[in-house]
Amino acid sequence: MLRLAAFLLVSISLALPAQSQQAEAPIQQLLQTHSEIILKSSRRTIGPAVDALANSGLPESQTVLDRWQNKEMWVNEETGLFVFAEEVDRDTLRIFDFADGSEIGVVPDEGFDQLKPNSGIRGMIATALVQFQLSDPNPETRQRALDAIERGAEESHLTALRASIPQETDEALLTRKKRLERLLTISYGEADQERIEAIESFDGDLGVDVRAALNPLLAVRVEAAETVPEDADVGRILKPGSEALSREDAYDLLVRAELARPRISLDDQRQALIANIADGQVAGIQVATLDTQAARDMAYAALAEQGTVTAAATEAEVNERLANHVFYERYVGAPPEVVAAAQLALKAIENKVAVNQAFDLGLDALSLASIYFLAAIGLAITFGVMGVINMAHGEFIMMGAYTGYVVQLFIPDYTLSILVAIPLAFAVTFGAGVAMERLVIRWLYHRPLETLLATFGISIALQQIAKNIFGTQARPLTAPGWLDGSLVINDIVSISYIRIAIFVLALLFLALFLFVMNRTRLGLEVRAVTQNPRMAASMGINPDKINMLTFGFGSGIAGIAGVAIGLYAKVTSEMGSDYIVQSFMTVVVGGVGNIWGTLLGATMVGFLQKGIEWFNPSNTLAAQTYMILFIILFIQFRPKGIIALKGRAAEA
Amino acid sequence: MTDAALPRRQPFALRFPSVMIFLAILALFTVGVTILSEGFGIGVISTSFIKTLGKTLCLCLVALAMDLVWGYCGILSLGHMAFFGIGGYAIGMWLMYARTEIIVLESLAAAELPPTAQEVSDGIATQIFGVVGSSEFPPIWAFAHSLPLQLAAVIIVPGLLALVFGWLAFRSRVTGVYLSILTQAMTLALSLHLFQNDSGLRGNNGLSGLQNLPGLDDVPQATVSLWFFWASALALGLGYVLCAWIVSGKFGSVIRAIRDDEARVRFLGYPVEAFKLVIFTLTAVIAGIAGALYYPQAGIVNPAEIAPIASIYLAVWVAIGGRGRLYGAVIGAAFVSLLSTWFTGGQAPDINLGFYTISWVDWWTVLLGLSFVAVTLFAPKGIGGLVDILIDRKSPNRHGADLGPDQGALREQEADK
Repeated sequence: MLRLAAFLLVSISLALPAQSQQAEAPIQQLLQTHSEIILKSSRRTIGPAVDALANSGLPESQTVLDRWQNKEMWVNEETGLFVFAEEVDRDTLRIFDFADGSEIGVVPDEGFDQLKPNSGIRGMIATALVQFQLSDPNPETRQRALDAIERGAEESHLTALRASIPQETDEALLTRKKRLERLLTISYGEADQERIEAIESFDGDLGVDVRAALNPLLAVRVEAAETVPEDADVGRILKPGSEALSREDAYDLLVRAELARPRISLDDQRQALIANIADGQVAGIQVATLDTQAARDMAYAALAEQGTVTAAATEAEVNERLANHVFYERYVGAPPEVVAAAQLALKAIENKVAVNQAFDLGLDALSLASIYFLAAIGLAITFGVMGVINMAHGEFIMMGAYTGYVVQLFIPDYTLSILVAIPLAFAVTFGAGVAMERLVIRWLYHRPLETLLATFGISIALQQIAKNIFGTQARPLTAPGWLDGSLVINDIVSISYIRIAIFVLALLFLALFLFVMNRTRLGLEVRAVTQNPRMAASMGINPDKINMLTFGFGSGIAGIAGVAIGLYAKVTSEMGSDYIVQSFMTVVVGGVGNIWGTLLGATMVGFLQKGIEWFNPSNTLAAQTYMILFIILFIQFRPKGIIALKGRAAEA
Repeated sequence: MTDAALPRRQPFALRFPSVMIFLAILALFTVGVTILSEGFGIGVISTSFIKTLGKTLCLCLVALAMDLVWGYCGILSLGHMAFFGIGGYAIGMWLMYARTEIIVLESLAAAELPPTAQEVSDGIATQIFGVVGSSEFPPIWAFAHSLPLQLAAVIIVPGLLALVFGWLAFRSRVTGVYLSILTQAMTLALSLHLFQNDSGLRGNNGLSGLQNLPGLDDVPQATVSLWFFWASALALGLGYVLCAWIVSGKFGSVIRAIRDDEARVRFLGYPVEAFKLVIFTLTAVIAGIAGALYYPQAGIVNPAEIAPIASIYLAVWVAIGGRGRLYGAVIGAAFVSLLSTWFTGGQAPDINLGFYTISWVDWWTVLLGLSFVAVTLFAPKGIGGLVDILIDRKSPNRHGADLGPDQGALREQEADK
């Protein structure tokens, strides 16, 4: 755009004959008025010059600011007149007049000084330019101007913004401008009434910018006095020693307000004592005895009496001063009526934010619950239905995840590779589960403790084997592109598509489990074998085969869960052990032998963990610790879980 | 025990010759190592190996505790290494405090003014907690200045934790694998808690520099290591006698009965929960003492030592050694942990298969895991079973039926010690 303008200017100037500079043009006059500070080019003093140009109302001032910002403004050393120029070559300039943009001529650059504003000044110029850009014919420039205002709003922008609104043609930009205008009104509006109206117009708006505009209005200064003044802008009364105002701060405030004598820090006191050591004594007290604070206080007081050091406030004095004064906040950000409106608006916004945050937390908890459910559903089969405790379950999850990783090495298309990985992970872990059942577990039925230990041995071995093959660093399992990003509902509530996918997967698994167990022959036989293997055998069911298949089925589901969990977290050889204790907790809390119990258990564990994290954010470790403690206590009261099996099934 | 019914009981030592044999072997071993040591003997065994042996004796002691609670009472606790770690932390707090205090006092001695108590305390706290960005003593360090109190903590803290946890768990009749998982959860919770920087125990840095005894900087490590070696041997000997005495009497019969069929014992009128609680707490205390002896030799204790896997290894040792017999636990712990040191220390020769070189540093864990499975499947008696073959002791043949109606009950072969 600028280039086009420059080109036009050049072409116009080429058409016109070279003429002398118009020294009397208003813009040149204006520049001359401020020539001293412009030439000084210091960020601290330049302000008036930039403001004068911006507020001059002269159409040329935009050109001046533009050129100045681009380091294209030069000054004639002889006449002191400002021009803008293009470098023809190293030593030659083509100079133009600011007054009408006409070319003056091609001259050698001796006798002309280039103005080189530093970045601070360029920033100020850019701010000043915003008002011109707001009405620029190019919508992109206008948008950039709005961006600039959003980044750092200034009082002057308000007028410019208001002026530009009637001419705005672009619908989206108009909305943005109006919103920005109201935000700026909150901060810089002249009349209290219009500010209050602007504040009220944002009732319940969740935007961060609204809160950013409202918060400065509530800025306070802590003051101290003997009694609380009756002024309208006095806010809360603070108690020294409370969280909002420590005793130290309160006393420092009194010292600053010259309402109390300064205290001396322990370090300063020590330094003062050391400085006054003479012959192994301080003010007549042996140095060796100064090993308690009381003795040091005494020595310092003695020094103060001698006049060698200034007396410091004693603890008793501090207490007395603090007791005799009240501390209160005074609103300094805005007049009291505006503060009241802002408080009201912020409260409404905060309430809404809290509701939304709770909702967001709920979504987080739900997705965590579905991850736990995924991790636990295989266990619900092997442990819940069969009663086999499989400590290598976590390693089956890991095997599934590594299967996904290996598949991605061969199939670069992520969507396709996930589609291949899911059945393959099922197949791999199904095979591993069947092998484990045949080789180890079937010899240990009815000896749960031995099963636990043997499967632990397998778990240790599998983990180390994975470490030997894939190394210790985490391997990526990349989700397909369509799972990237998140579903944004508003500024606060959002959920990533991967979490939604995991949630859906968890529901699918639930449906699959219910279908297999209740609607297929396999499910019927599984239930028969778990209830009474001998009776089932006499009905023509092969309990060995059924046990093998059930265990394989549970392990296979763990493999698929591994792919899903791998998409969400990193794939490492230890990922299984991260989930195993929680998975068992989920099954035990929910109630062994009942899939709905597992679902409830997972939901409870997920919500609980997120809930605890909410109380103590940024500390997942503490959340996990407290959650486990809670579960230990929970089992005290419902040893059989949320949904306890009753009757004969409970004894199986 | 059937001999409880005899009118005149033989002396304890005669009834259980294995105790005397064990004590004799332990004494011989201790004397032998002392003679071969650098500190007091001819210097064949290096100081670091003395430390390894001393640590192994502590591991044998905690394995003994594990055997008592699992092999005799049937409670598969996956939390005893947590008690072990707590013991280490308790003694480590004093070691670290006292040593830092000496260093801080030395550095403050040069100052112009004699330091106040507050300055000393601040100096120590800054030294100890600088790594976690704090300079104040957390409340749990209130007794760290006192050796007797921290020694008491070695016993009281694990004991109290076990008492409360056990009471909660046994009271609500959590048994079998549920109890195992619950103890594992307790261990996990404890280690996660200690991993936090604001737990007051230096987060994942743990407590370090424990091998230096405060005020004994002039004594060479060669000597200190032997002191700890002797202390560990003494603790193991005493622990062994205590455990043997516990399992020999009526009390021992009851806890074995609980292992074999809890419901029957309860039906006979014994307060099963109280018995279990006593054993659980007692073994936790033994584990705490073992930890307090172990970590000054190891030099550092951190939350990773408390991780659930450590307790599982403990169960592995006892199972491989042979549970339900005290010397089995000791043999298992010594054998597996020394072998583990040998393999993971890179001393074992790698096996070159041509297409692949088996490096034992990587593959030892796999071997351990699989051999554990094999022991569970094929040799439930563990290494200790070899002794039965040696002295030609056979299990009575009662046709190998289940001992009880409960599927969780042990089979007869295992129940027979």
